[in-house]
Amino acid sequence: MANEMLSYIDRTSPIHRLTGATKLVCFILWSTAAMLTYDTRILLFLFIASLVIFYVSKIRLRDILFVLIFILVFLLINNIAIYLFSPQEGVKIYGTGHVLVEFAGRYNMTLEQLFYQLNITLKYLTVIPAALLFIVTTHPSEFAASLNRIGVSYRIAYAVSLALRYIPDVQRDFRNIAKAQQARGLDMSKNEKFLKRVKNASAVLAPLILSSLEKIEIISNAMELRGFGKKKKRTWYNARPFQKRDYTAIILFVLLLIATLLITYHDGSRFYNPFS
Amino acid sequence: MKKPVIEFQNYHFKYDSQKQPTLKNINLTIYEGEKVLIVGPSGSGKSTIGHCINGLIPFSYKGEIQGSLKIMGKEASDLDIFSISKMVGTVLQDPDGQFIGLSVGEDIAFALENDCTPQPEMVKAVKEVAAMVDMGAFLDASVHHLSGGQKQRVSLAGVMVDNVNILLFDEPLANLDPATGKHAIHLIDQIQKETNTTVVIIEHRLEDVLYRHVDRIIVVDDGEILADQNPNELFSTDILEKVKIREPLYLKAIKYAGGAITKDLEPADFSRFRAETFREQLRKWYEEVTLNEEPPEAEPILELNRVSFGYTPKKETVHDVSFTINKGEMVSIVGKNGAGKSTISKLICGFETPNAGKIIFSGQDITNESITERSLKIGMVLQNPNHMISKHMIFDEVALGLVARGVPEAEIRERVEETLKICGLYPFRNWPISALSFGQKKRVTIASILVLQPELIILDEPTAGQDFRHYTDIMEFLMELNRNGLTILLITHDMHLMLEYTDRAIVLCDGRKIADDQSVRILSDPQLIEQANLKETSLFELATKTGFTDPIKFVERFIAYDREGRNHGK
Amino acid sequence: MNKNTLSVRTIVAIGIGAAVFVILGRFASIPTGIPNSNIEVTYAFLALMAVIFGPVAGGLIGLIGHALKDLIFYGSIWWSWVVVSMFVGFLFGLISKKLDIESGEFGRQKIITFNLVQVGAQALGWFLLAPVLDIVIYAEPTSKVFIQGLGVGISNMVTVGILGTLLLTLYAKTRTKTGSLDRE
Repeated sequence: MANEMLSYIDRTSPIHRLTGATKLVCFILWSTAAMLTYDTRILLFLFIASLVIFYVSKIRLRDILFVLIFILVFLLINNIAIYLFSPQEGVKIYGTGHVLVEFAGRYNMTLEQLFYQLNITLKYLTVIPAALLFIVTTHPSEFAASLNRIGVSYRIAYAVSLALRYIPDVQRDFRNIAKAQQARGLDMSKNEKFLKRVKNASAVLAPLILSSLEKIEIISNAMELRGFGKKKKRTWYNARPFQKRDYTAIILFVLLLIATLLITYHDGSRFYNPFS
Repeated sequence: MKKPVIEFQNYHFKYDSQKQPTLKNINLTIYEGEKVLIVGPSGSGKSTIGHCINGLIPFSYKGEIQGSLKIMGKEASDLDIFSISKMVGTVLQDPDGQFIGLSVGEDIAFALENDCTPQPEMVKAVKEVAAMVDMGAFLDASVHHLSGGQKQRVSLAGVMVDNVNILLFDEPLANLDPATGKHAIHLIDQIQKETNTTVVIIEHRLEDVLYRHVDRIIVVDDGEILADQNPNELFSTDILEKVKIREPLYLKAIKYAGGAITKDLEPADFSRFRAETFREQLRKWYEEVTLNEEPPEAEPILELNRVSFGYTPKKETVHDVSFTINKGEMVSIVGKNGAGKSTISKLICGFETPNAGKIIFSGQDITNESITERSLKIGMVLQNPNHMISKHMIFDEVALGLVARGVPEAEIRERVEETLKICGLYPFRNWPISALSFGQKKRVTIASILVLQPELIILDEPTAGQDFRHYTDIMEFLMELNRNGLTILLITHDMHLMLEYTDRAIVLCDGRKIADDQSVRILSDPQLIEQANLKETSLFELATKTGFTDPIKFVERFIAYDREGRNHGK
Repeated sequence: MNKNTLSVRTIVAIGIGAAVFVILGRFASIPTGIPNSNIEVTYAFLALMAVIFGPVAGGLIGLIGHALKDLIFYGSIWWSWVVVSMFVGFLFGLISKKLDIESGEFGRQKIITFNLVQVGAQALGWFLLAPVLDIVIYAEPTSKVFIQGLGVGISNMVTVGILGTLLLTLYAKTRTKTGSLDRE
């Protein structure tokens, strides 16, 4: 299992130069578009566009290889599951049934089913890169400021920043606690049998949770002592001012979303049907 | 006339959750530009005084207040926590709790952000303050790449950026290695002189704070102020001994030799202290102390043979480390933060597997044994007891490991009770753990490991965050276990601990072993001290200053005498 | 807890809670052997936090924690399930006042209330909301997503039922004020 985390990759590229807020807005617009549409042509366009954006961002394949492999494996399993549960979904959607290979009855492979599953795969492949790109090109320090700028209350935005700040600390504590409990014979790792693992989980969880609650006390005192929550607004040390390219990017993505919606829904169906 | 900035008048405070008041009739005035040290054992109320000054009382901790507290001439009860935070900047004990930004610049700017300071101004202010604490070159560094000392300096900058009038330090030395602590004290001193802020330090490591001048020391015990005087005056009394605060070692040595310390000898500042006065007395005492040298047993129990390890393939945390621990020994592993001390202990317990090298236990190669297998021979006690405790009652917590191993119930009861007796916890066996003090919790975690009957136990910073009384309790307890045959390995950056309790120490630096010698010798080697961020002991300097030709022998005798005294005292 | 603006303590609880959610979600889930259904201990934690800090904190820990976990470890956000985490976190929190865990008391009656609510909340979340969102967003086949939801839902109900109850009991005990304990 890959324990690696995705994090900001420092490069100089036009994508990196956009402010975090811009990227957040674009990410949301893109995700909305990719989630709503099922039009194969648009999905294909979005997919190719995302490859281009990736290329521009100077993020290399090997930077993200470990998640990519994970995602591909997931897609494969998901595809198999879909076929097992609903082998005639394509026929249902597109209304026709061109049988390619005959298996037992309902498991006959149809062109429609393959096309449907191609669409699903394509869809995931267009939804995924946006998030991936957002996380590796946005400096975590800019996260909170960006959320605040797009209208999220600064208090909640700061909660996100705190989460990012303390994830590595919690991970370190979790490892230490789990190992120390293991040394007392309370193992919740895969060396133990299933029921034992579940039983032992509380011996690891309790110390982690109780010490995290203690952390909450200390941190909220520290924040209060430094005036957090004093005013209705706050400024951000790491915020970056919007520039022309930020507006351009946002306008571009808004247009993309509108175009997607128009093309997808003009005939009243989310699906593009090549069979009719 | 000096201007008072903090004035307690007939002040009482009782936490809502407690029956008894924590502060009783406090009368204390601190003047502008003063540097004041507040000392006292844990539970004495010294932290509560700090909480009153910075406004956490009554805004975060609720309770009953009587009397008056004025900060900068204003009654504290009429202010809110935000206005108090503009006057009093607090540097907390736990650098990870206080460092809330993701990067240095961001964290320093935190208070300014909350004040809606425009960005350009903020950037300028952050730069200036960062330079004052020597962090100017690290503005973009992530919190995860900083050492404890650097984090603390950022915390300091983060409160200074608000131009506060009073700087309050709550146990600033608790999490730092000796050299870093020394540097921190120097920095505080420098900033106080440059900015004329009032500085209040709450700390029980007296000798370390006195590395730089302090105007007054306030001794708190049991919620009351016992002394409020100039350090030189304080050292000529026996108040510190009474409240069990560790005196500077050089003064202790002189007291052992029968010397009487008076304020005109300037005992508070070692560089000015007229130690020569006691030359003859010390020499006489030195002649009288006998060293009973026990021949060390040499049956190895644990051997590390050329062990190397890295968390990532590119970066090795431990390089080619070899050492042997003999049966019945008590040994310290020391070195600065990040030197690989904790990693070594994890390798020994099997939490991590070495990339190269062998680990041998009682002649058996255990390099490939799992954590569970090794746990029958080696026990590990984590630094933070809260990271190990998962049960509500003491008995259940100590029994947990045995229950998991499927030991019969009758045997569990017997073994747990036996262990609780050894650990002095038997009277508390049916108490909830949440009712225990930090030190008692530590004992519970030690008990929960001892009950598994390991032959070797490793303790990570066993005395961190404990005052002298608890420190002595825990260490004496470990000594006793050691005398009963348990081999003990201590990971620590406490010089006193290493010197007073472990004859031998292994020094790590950047993942390599750079020394493996008698603790006394290590602490007398300037080059080693420098490399490993340790600190020379004042005993050694005292010996040099009073003309001993072999200062190491002097230190050895002091330790022997001190141990003897403790044994008789018990 | 606080209706108009969240208190600093709640904000920090959301942040730290989300961080713990991420770590438990990634490293502490125990596979049952059946694909796609793990014992997600992190929901037991979510239940605890929601009961201590209220519905808003519960919902936000679910939302932020789950979204960050997906983002950091898998590079993609599985929105339909993120929404469910937020939803169940919020519902768990609705009984925060009623349970009043800070009182240090968590007896049989409260345990029953907690479990009724957690089963109800998760039934709505996993049996209904998750599959519907999967269909709406990803056009996954109906039978697949409902069976998936059923599996995940049941295993999470059991997890929260056992581990969540255990954690709440333990937490409640740490709240007990200890006035007059005697050595024996």
